[in-house]
Amino acid sequence: MAKRIVVDPITRIEGHLRIDCEIDNGRVTKAWSSGQMWRGIELILQGRDPRDAWVFTQRICGVCTTVHAIASVRAVENALGLEVPLNAQYIRNMMIGAHGIFDHIVHFYHLSALDWVDIVSALKGSPKAAAALGQQLSPWPHNSEQEIKAVQERLKGFVGTGQLGIFASGYWGHPAMKLSPDVNLLAATHYFQALDYQRRINKVVAILGSKTPHIQNLAVGGVANPINPDSQSTLTIERLYYIKTLIDEIGDFIKNVYMVDVAAIGAFYADWTKYGAGVTNYLSVPDMPLDTKGTAFDLPGGYIANGNVGTFKPITGFNDDFFKQGVKEGIKHSWYKGDWDRHPWEEETVPQHTDFQDNGKYSWVKSPTFNGKPAQVGPLANVLCMYAAGHAPTKTYTDGLLQTVSKLAGAKVGIDALHSTIGRHAARAVRCAVLHDSLLGQWQALMDNIGRGDYTTFNAPTFPKGEQRGVGFHEAPRGVLSHWVVIQDGKIKNYQCVVPSTWNAGPRNSKDEPGPYEASLVGNPVADPEKPLEVLRTVHSFDPCLACAIHLLDPESKEIVTVRTVA
Amino acid sequence: MAEKILVLGVGNVLLSDEGAGVRAVEQLQRRYAFPSQVELIDGGTMGLDLLGYLDDKSHLFIVDAILSSKPPGSVHIEKLLDPPAYFRQKISPHQIGLSELLAVAAMQDCLPPSITLFGIVPLDLSTGMEMSPVVTTAVEQVVLAVVKELGLMGIEAGLTSS
Repeated sequence: MAKRIVVDPITRIEGHLRIDCEIDNGRVTKAWSSGQMWRGIELILQGRDPRDAWVFTQRICGVCTTVHAIASVRAVENALGLEVPLNAQYIRNMMIGAHGIFDHIVHFYHLSALDWVDIVSALKGSPKAAAALGQQLSPWPHNSEQEIKAVQERLKGFVGTGQLGIFASGYWGHPAMKLSPDVNLLAATHYFQALDYQRRINKVVAILGSKTPHIQNLAVGGVANPINPDSQSTLTIERLYYIKTLIDEIGDFIKNVYMVDVAAIGAFYADWTKYGAGVTNYLSVPDMPLDTKGTAFDLPGGYIANGNVGTFKPITGFNDDFFKQGVKEGIKHSWYKGDWDRHPWEEETVPQHTDFQDNGKYSWVKSPTFNGKPAQVGPLANVLCMYAAGHAPTKTYTDGLLQTVSKLAGAKVGIDALHSTIGRHAARAVRCAVLHDSLLGQWQALMDNIGRGDYTTFNAPTFPKGEQRGVGFHEAPRGVLSHWVVIQDGKIKNYQCVVPSTWNAGPRNSKDEPGPYEASLVGNPVADPEKPLEVLRTVHSFDPCLACAIHLLDPESKEIVTVRTVA
Repeated sequence: MAEKILVLGVGNVLLSDEGAGVRAVEQLQRRYAFPSQVELIDGGTMGLDLLGYLDDKSHLFIVDAILSSKPPGSVHIEKLLDPPAYFRQKISPHQIGLSELLAVAAMQDCLPPSITLFGIVPLDLSTGMEMSPVVTTAVEQVVLAVVKELGLMGIEAGLTSS
């Protein structure tokens, strides 16, 4: 008989994703993705000054603050037709690049690798064998037996005292864990090294964004970083060279560790190229604008239908109608009043909560469509679109990674393998390497432009009477993010955020077609319904917001993590 | 060596009382001038992003909304003996971000040796920028408690002129 499992968050504030699966004969037969929290943040923005919107949108999500700030200023600039000075574009692009790299590395190593890597098994690995394997795969200098042994000793310290700490919730010893103890040990070593490297690249965002965790340097019309090569209090040449050092360091890690680890895990788990494709309409947007108007970009974007790269149609600029007109959101299965598909500028947000209705309303997330179809967003969509657009670095890194996988797996693995759970990890690693090249390019472009004597970073906006509509989009680490604003007489009249996790985690749409999470889970193997590691693998591969917050709830025993109150 | 203190306010300011920790830090920043050994951070709802701020700190003050059976607006101050476990099992609505952060810090040997929680029990967690009156009062209590705690450590806060 089919068994139903519910994967539910444990936090009541941040956690907002619940996954229900019906499992029959060891396979998922049906799945529902439900957002469990209503934000209604858009309502807070109504009536406010559009120049302040980014400060508020930055607080929407605890994980991705910078990206909402970027999309917000772009939306208002788009509504006003305001050009952004070149220096400001380059500085924003550098923050985008550094933030994306940080996010991809943290997602792979700290939020999802432990779905594939068994930390407890790593205790049994041989540091010597792990070092030999590491040195065979890559020239990374920190794969020495000594360094690997040190990590193993630290792990023993945790596990020996029963204090698994951050590793407490893993499915150690699960039958779907396939790596040998030596490979697990090598991966665990890189897990620790990644902690150091993610901190370093995050410093780039902190230096450019001013010194606090939430960036403070944005403005509608540019950035608030004064450039003065001679002044200590501004963005000096010395600081820019320090940024360059940080960028260079992370490049070695991405190319010699991250890319290699993903290729190895892909090869050892080759069967996972068959699971998790789901919705294969892919949407991504161009990013890293290279001119003041947003018509030329370092990284292309566009739309691919039915997984066929040949159908690629580019999105060419911030004003492209193909994107502007193509996005709609529906609420047939969402906890809002009514049943409509509307353009974000025309939406209203009137909550109507019911219980969880399998065939009715069951989520706070709306269901976005692109030209009437559900679409997958994220690094896989982005990489496939950039590949289709003939973007040279994307092609080089994708082909290189697939070659490594093929060599390790002993069989040819082509680009079609990317339409899968493990493929999303591979694409994220490729995108991380592409972002790194782009980040270097933006750094150089900024230096060159300053060298030409251009210190401008800001064009002041003016708000005419009447109504203006704008969209700001951004290819964020989790995929296409768009903010839609309607301004009336200088005040915000309507504001909608269509976020990446809405595209991917959305419920069935008005035609009852499942969203990407839902579709990707159908057909997944589940060896033990009590420990549905395989479900987590597929959901985590999308980099859901708060993947780490998903824990298990068995509807029969109603067991959830115990929350004790303070004495 | 002079002691270094991080005052970390966490919470989501878009969800009314949920942002109490951030509001307290904003008040501290606005009204007081602290010596450079004290760093005040609005951590929002971030997790691992905050790791770098823990480096070389001897004391960490966490100001946060907490789950508790005490009435809304109550203030709970406690020195934490096993901080990562504490946040994993108990109280903070952002237990994921914080528990991860502290667990990773413990693993990386950069967990400050002394950690004190300044907790505030929320009343209203709905979408909105305003805190409820009882929690506004509690935030003021916490602001004074942080200043007092620093005073006990011999660190005097001056008042800003504004």
